[in-house]
Amino acid sequence: MLTKYAVKPQSYQDSVQLMAISSHLMTVPGIELAAAVMGTESNRATLEQGGFVLDGSVKAGPEDIIIALQGRNEAAFAEALQAFDKMVQPRTVISGDGLPKQGPRSMRSALKYLPGANLAVISVPGPYVTGEAFKALYAGLNVMIFSDNVSLEDEVALKRIAEQKDLFVMGPDCGTAIINSTPLCFANVIKRGPIGIVGASGTGIQQTTVLIDRLGSGVSHAIGTGGRDLSDAVEGITMLMGIDALEKDENTKVILLVSKPPGANTYTKVLSRALKSIKPVVVAFLGGHAQEVAEEGVYSAANLEEAAAKSVALATGKDPRSVHFAFSREGLDELVDRELKLLGPEQLYVRGLYSGGTLADEATEILKPMLGEVNSNVLSQPGTINALRSNGHAIIDLGDDEFTKGRPHPMIDPSYRVERLLQESQDATVAVILCDVVLGYGSHPNPAGAVANAVRSFKGNSHRYVAVVASVCGTEGDPQTLSNQEDVLRQAGIVVLPSNACAAEFAGKLAAACCERRIT
Amino acid sequence: MSKDNFLDATLQIINVGLESFASDLKAFGTEVIHVDWRPPAKGDPYLNTILKAVESRGEVIDAANKVAIERMLAAHPVFVDVGSALETIPGFTPKTILHAGPPVTWENMCGPMQGAIIGALMHEGRATDEAQAREAAASGEYTFAPCHHYDAVGPMTGVISASMPVIVVEDKNTGRRVYSNFNGEGKGKKALSFGAFGPDVEEIQVWLRDVFAPFLKQVVYALGGIDLKAIMARALQMGDEVHNRHVAATSLLVREIFTAMSMVKVQPNDLVRIGKFLYYNDFVFLNFSMAACKLMTLAAHDVPNSTLLTAISRNGVETGIRVSGLGDRWFTAPAPQIKGLYFPGFTADDANPDIGDSAITETAGVGGFALAAGIGLVKMVGGTAVDAIAYTKEMGEITLARSPMFLIPVLEFEGTPTGVDIRRTVETGISPVINTGIAHRKAGIGMVGAGITRVPMECFAKALSAFADRPARG
Repeated sequence: MLTKYAVKPQSYQDSVQLMAISSHLMTVPGIELAAAVMGTESNRATLEQGGFVLDGSVKAGPEDIIIALQGRNEAAFAEALQAFDKMVQPRTVISGDGLPKQGPRSMRSALKYLPGANLAVISVPGPYVTGEAFKALYAGLNVMIFSDNVSLEDEVALKRIAEQKDLFVMGPDCGTAIINSTPLCFANVIKRGPIGIVGASGTGIQQTTVLIDRLGSGVSHAIGTGGRDLSDAVEGITMLMGIDALEKDENTKVILLVSKPPGANTYTKVLSRALKSIKPVVVAFLGGHAQEVAEEGVYSAANLEEAAAKSVALATGKDPRSVHFAFSREGLDELVDRELKLLGPEQLYVRGLYSGGTLADEATEILKPMLGEVNSNVLSQPGTINALRSNGHAIIDLGDDEFTKGRPHPMIDPSYRVERLLQESQDATVAVILCDVVLGYGSHPNPAGAVANAVRSFKGNSHRYVAVVASVCGTEGDPQTLSNQEDVLRQAGIVVLPSNACAAEFAGKLAAACCERRIT
Repeated sequence: MSKDNFLDATLQIINVGLESFASDLKAFGTEVIHVDWRPPAKGDPYLNTILKAVESRGEVIDAANKVAIERMLAAHPVFVDVGSALETIPGFTPKTILHAGPPVTWENMCGPMQGAIIGALMHEGRATDEAQAREAAASGEYTFAPCHHYDAVGPMTGVISASMPVIVVEDKNTGRRVYSNFNGEGKGKKALSFGAFGPDVEEIQVWLRDVFAPFLKQVVYALGGIDLKAIMARALQMGDEVHNRHVAATSLLVREIFTAMSMVKVQPNDLVRIGKFLYYNDFVFLNFSMAACKLMTLAAHDVPNSTLLTAISRNGVETGIRVSGLGDRWFTAPAPQIKGLYFPGFTADDANPDIGDSAITETAGVGGFALAAGIGLVKMVGGTAVDAIAYTKEMGEITLARSPMFLIPVLEFEGTPTGVDIRRTVETGISPVINTGIAHRKAGIGMVGAGITRVPMECFAKALSAFADRPARG
């Protein structure tokens, strides 16, 4: 074992840096012990304590660095000294850009970055939602909960506390809201206007706001409640708060309520609140029926298109009772005749492949009276149908849990619908395929493109014609642009209609005509 | 924020979850901040139950924490006096021996702590050799207690016995007093605080008691007190983080001492040794820093419903914490080993687990929390300057406030992150970082290195469970 001392005169390194250097020098092959220290009296003592014997030949003052090495040979020493030089050479100065970018790791930390925050949007896994939502509420924030899988108990607890604090809890399972023109989660860019919406369903809000926009009117706010708000467990806490808020809101002239049919008690609560409202209220309980009390300013709508149309009529001083559709059905029958001629006698059925749950729901409600039995996996149609393989007339909500386990929602990822379009096209009994194309923030950047490509591909491969009809739920202001998306669909030979109700009606008429033609 | 305001106000959004929602909002022009969210408590189901239970009392806790952190920030420590432990620390008896960390019995103490107690018993004249001292210590005649139980703190073993001199630090606003011993011995074989004992150690202890302590008492009387908060604030802007680097703070203290020199009586030969001692021992200020931090954290203690951390302390076997709203209970876990650098001739095998009351500095928002002020220290774990800044930023995730007084130049003079909320620690899984010295695990060898460690998460999990009135594990 050899010992070597070197002195770097008139150089300074911080003691911690020197410790780092020492430990690095120990890693040099052939070095057993290494210490680099400033040559102060106490450091000399430390070296002695560490097993080095400093005789008089090591001449170093407090401003010099002593490098003390024990090792196998001179080569190892040389390497160690080289390593030392490398470690003490000046480095590039750190610029601001080199600093790590760290986002806040928690809601509370985020509040420090954005002290004026007034809304928390929560989309973490279900079990963690309640904790995050409490934090937001206690910090005085309104809350939008996109996530589902939150217990009903927690939903009630959160909403009760929020109510006391005069704060909103939108959700759980609230996919869409528009507050002060800001589209939240899955929402469209809608003109500002006099219609205020409280809605229990995401695509229900999307479709009504889009149709209102297209009718030339606009939306003040669209408050989401989540799908269970109108159950008798929750008693419509958020919807009732929403009505209160919109009634007070200066920019709102008409209030539109969109939901599946409420629980019995909640129905009474909501309806009596609507009757008390100083502003007219349009109620669309899809799949159910709301009592219309026109003299008290409460109007009922059977579907989303009618809901939008009645709201716009009220906002423009027209009598809503005379309005049923936003768009004329004129020419629809001619279109049906044109398509019918292209279909063979075995082609009988309508198949709806939906990305929006409420749109699927609406289509089912429209088709049932027209076609009789409609196989559907949407919630208002409880039944044990095999949604993976359709049969007869069928409306499939591809956003249902069955399809979204381990796969993104079809509004984000169109690949499963593409697969399914091809599958349906190969079924010789299919006459017409019905689709929704949902635009807006959150949705796929080109959902029409995916549908169009699939349709082109089966139209090219099959000698049999299959009618395809779609509606685009979107506006010109949306990132995907309504007119572009409609063009993409038309260019693939798809019949494009202005609303989902209209498209469903077309599909229903066509399928009914097919069935009738076969019988006669 | 009322709901009317909600519909009228321009939205400012905190996005927790899917990042695309935040980028969409940003694209739309809405003010939004995205949280880098991960499952709370790393997804531990039991701790999530606890967190949820605690969150349901969030409002009460937030209000309590506000009171507690304001008290912590308002405390203003001033060094005012020097005296013997027996005469100065209330409740101290001739047979009281204080030690660092949470409570520990003689049999369970680590090597260096037993060594320091042996040294103390010899210093008190209770034993003449190690064997006698061990016998006395095991006799049950002596009261061993944590320094914290007497509003005191001591570095490393933290051993304080009756005749040892202590410094007195007082809150300028409330008059509350806390105590610490003297950092007399440097870092070597002669350091009682590192568990050394024997004639060399005793010589220093006697000199501290008979020469240095009386000298310092004259100085502080002459000056009418020395403002420690001011020294710490300046030192943080001079490269110290006032736990493990005190070069600047000690120098600033020496300057204060110098202004009193014309007013004190001291023998020339004593003055020579005092001068050398102050020159060679960078760590003189450590005990002052610790006492100042103890005063600040004690001010925040005992606020009902507060989840503010008010002590981190280690006895070399266990690390313990205290929480403002949980009274005098300790929540403990095995003390961790320290990741760090060693003096020549020593390795990690020689290291005692984490020890000392000095993590009170982190509790008060300096030390490891102020690594961005003492950037050089990050080298102890092979880090870069950027890492040092990252440590400080990370601590901002678990703290309630930024100190208005302790500012960090490199962070645009942002205050040090101050006041750990144990809810946030459990939630984020981010544990306080401690910047500390490493003692040899055998008595009598001393400091062998320095490094960085974390408070075991188990301490926080236990404390938060207690907060929710639940057992530590389901």
